[in-house]
Amino acid sequence: MTAPGNVLLEVHGLRKFFPARTRMLARSAKVHAVDGVSFWVREGETLGLVGESGCGKSTTGKLILRLLDPTEGEVVWRGRRIDQLDRAGMRPVRRELQAVFQDPYSSLNPRMRAVDIVAEPIRNYESLPEAQVRGRAADLFARVGLRPDQLLKYPYEFSGGQRQRLGIARALAVQPRLIVCDEPVSALDVSVQAQVINLLMDLQAEFNLSYLFIAHDLAVVEHISHRVAVMYLGKIVEIAPKHAIFTRPLHPYTEALLEAVPVPDPALRKQRRLLAGDVPSPIDPPPGCRFHTRCPYAEERCRREEPPLQEISPGQLVACHLRQPPA
Amino acid sequence: MTMPLIEVDGLKTHFFTRDGVVRAVDGISFSVAPGETLAVVGESGCGKSVTSLSILRLIASPPGRIVAGRVLFEGRDLLALTENEMRAVRGDAISMIFQEPMTSLNPALTVGRQIAESLVLHRGLSHRDAMAKAVAMLRKVRMPEPERRVRQYPHELSGGMRQRVMIAMALVCGPRLLIADEPTTALDVTIQAQILELMRELAREAGASIILITHDLGVVAEMAQRVVVMYAGRKVEEASVAELFARPRHPYTRGLLGSMPHLGDSVRNEGGRRLVEIPGMVPSLKEEHPGCLFAPRCPNAIARCTQEVPPFTAYGPGHQAACWNPVP
Repeated sequence: MTAPGNVLLEVHGLRKFFPARTRMLARSAKVHAVDGVSFWVREGETLGLVGESGCGKSTTGKLILRLLDPTEGEVVWRGRRIDQLDRAGMRPVRRELQAVFQDPYSSLNPRMRAVDIVAEPIRNYESLPEAQVRGRAADLFARVGLRPDQLLKYPYEFSGGQRQRLGIARALAVQPRLIVCDEPVSALDVSVQAQVINLLMDLQAEFNLSYLFIAHDLAVVEHISHRVAVMYLGKIVEIAPKHAIFTRPLHPYTEALLEAVPVPDPALRKQRRLLAGDVPSPIDPPPGCRFHTRCPYAEERCRREEPPLQEISPGQLVACHLRQPPA
Repeated sequence: MTMPLIEVDGLKTHFFTRDGVVRAVDGISFSVAPGETLAVVGESGCGKSVTSLSILRLIASPPGRIVAGRVLFEGRDLLALTENEMRAVRGDAISMIFQEPMTSLNPALTVGRQIAESLVLHRGLSHRDAMAKAVAMLRKVRMPEPERRVRQYPHELSGGMRQRVMIAMALVCGPRLLIADEPTTALDVTIQAQILELMRELAREAGASIILITHDLGVVAEMAQRVVVMYAGRKVEEASVAELFARPRHPYTRGLLGSMPHLGDSVRNEGGRRLVEIPGMVPSLKEEHPGCLFAPRCPNAIARCTQEVPPFTAYGPGHQAACWNPVP
């Protein structure tokens, strides 16, 4: 995979295994949460990372943020490996690489006033007079649509949507270049969800931000992303520009995922081909292609051999034996 | 018009808390015909779940109390029944599926016992016969290996399988009405599609009516024939599904439809449209509001909206909305 210019973030062969407690295989069992994931994100770009629960999308985000250490693989930030850096080494990187999480309740310190939640990273990274710090915090407040009279409130005094705005203001405070957004709108009601999505898109245009947008809601991901990576059981099965993924999905899992989304238009009520069964356990993932146990097109080869992620059409990479690059 | 299976009439459920009365459901009316699926949609706190719990009289009291209204089920007012009579209705003629199967299944009993329970209770079956029926029911909800699964405990099953158990429990006595409260919200999208298909198929086969409580307009479009839109404890609009999606009259309904990104939208229209924001947030239900509860957030609001509660106006057969200045 050759990454074109102004790439901010690259991930190569990222793996994260967790020890698993099972009855019989107590010693050697591992949860293959992320199992060889590679992608890159460019400046000003949103890469959507989708998949169902347990596919490893959130773990991938945590590995990039170094909230978890990878078992294997590289995380490259602006040309430099950061997966081995210590606390001090990560400090300048953390300023550029921020995060917004799903549950703004548990990711905001309940004992801090809103103004300090936003001001803390500024104080941490810049030695500015306190008046200026507070001024910046107030500006950020206004930018994300919070009222000045809310500066002195505590997180519990905010609604869910407002707390998410506060989380976004905190992430923006130190002028980051990329924000990892892990399910940032899935806890919000649709009317409020729209407010936050619009805000994120406006901020991207204004500050040329990049997002790694981790979510399970395909309609939201389509709306906000430029490119989309689809994960299944710790692997990327397809990654492509948005238009290709949503008009011409090439992996059978991507196809099934899109097919399963209920369409809010009664005129389009459809008879679907449903995917049978559940996602297999990541402790003992199926051999060969991990999707073969549920894939309607699986062949003998799929059960034995793991398909590599290959470029099938320009910019569209697919890991499926049934899709071969043009000769 | 055929007689409705269930008719909710002017239902008010209030919660009497230390810091005031919360009007969670404040005068809601709708009916469901036999075999029909009615969706009740709205955002968190709009009263949709409290409505469904009120129908089955499962509101914790105190602090909650049904302060007004009737719930006529096959002509009988459920709110006037004794607790014993009501118990005979629950799980038999009316049953319910909840959002979170892990918290609504008993972790200490096998799933077979839990399915069999209502057969023993309502049909007087022996334990052995009831267990045999439980296996048959699990097969019907397409649980893999039903003979083995029937002896397992909820924690041994996946989320999708647990929801199949819930459906088996709910349908085992052949209810005439199934109330499903966010039945697929906790599930992944491929599993959601399986469960929705199953509910649709089994309800059709049994001729049961469904009240489907959901916040997901996609699920509404796929499952329901009619929709009630709730906002802050009140109904704001009701229509057939096709009519509601094509011609929403209440500004809240229109906002809700516009605020959701649609799959394929941004790909078809280059760059996509900006999502419709509904500014502000849901009002406190502790205060008495003289007018329309949506007025402070409504782009169409006029002076009258904050002064008088709008009555329902009919817009063609089965379509009504409560708005002083509706969407044309």
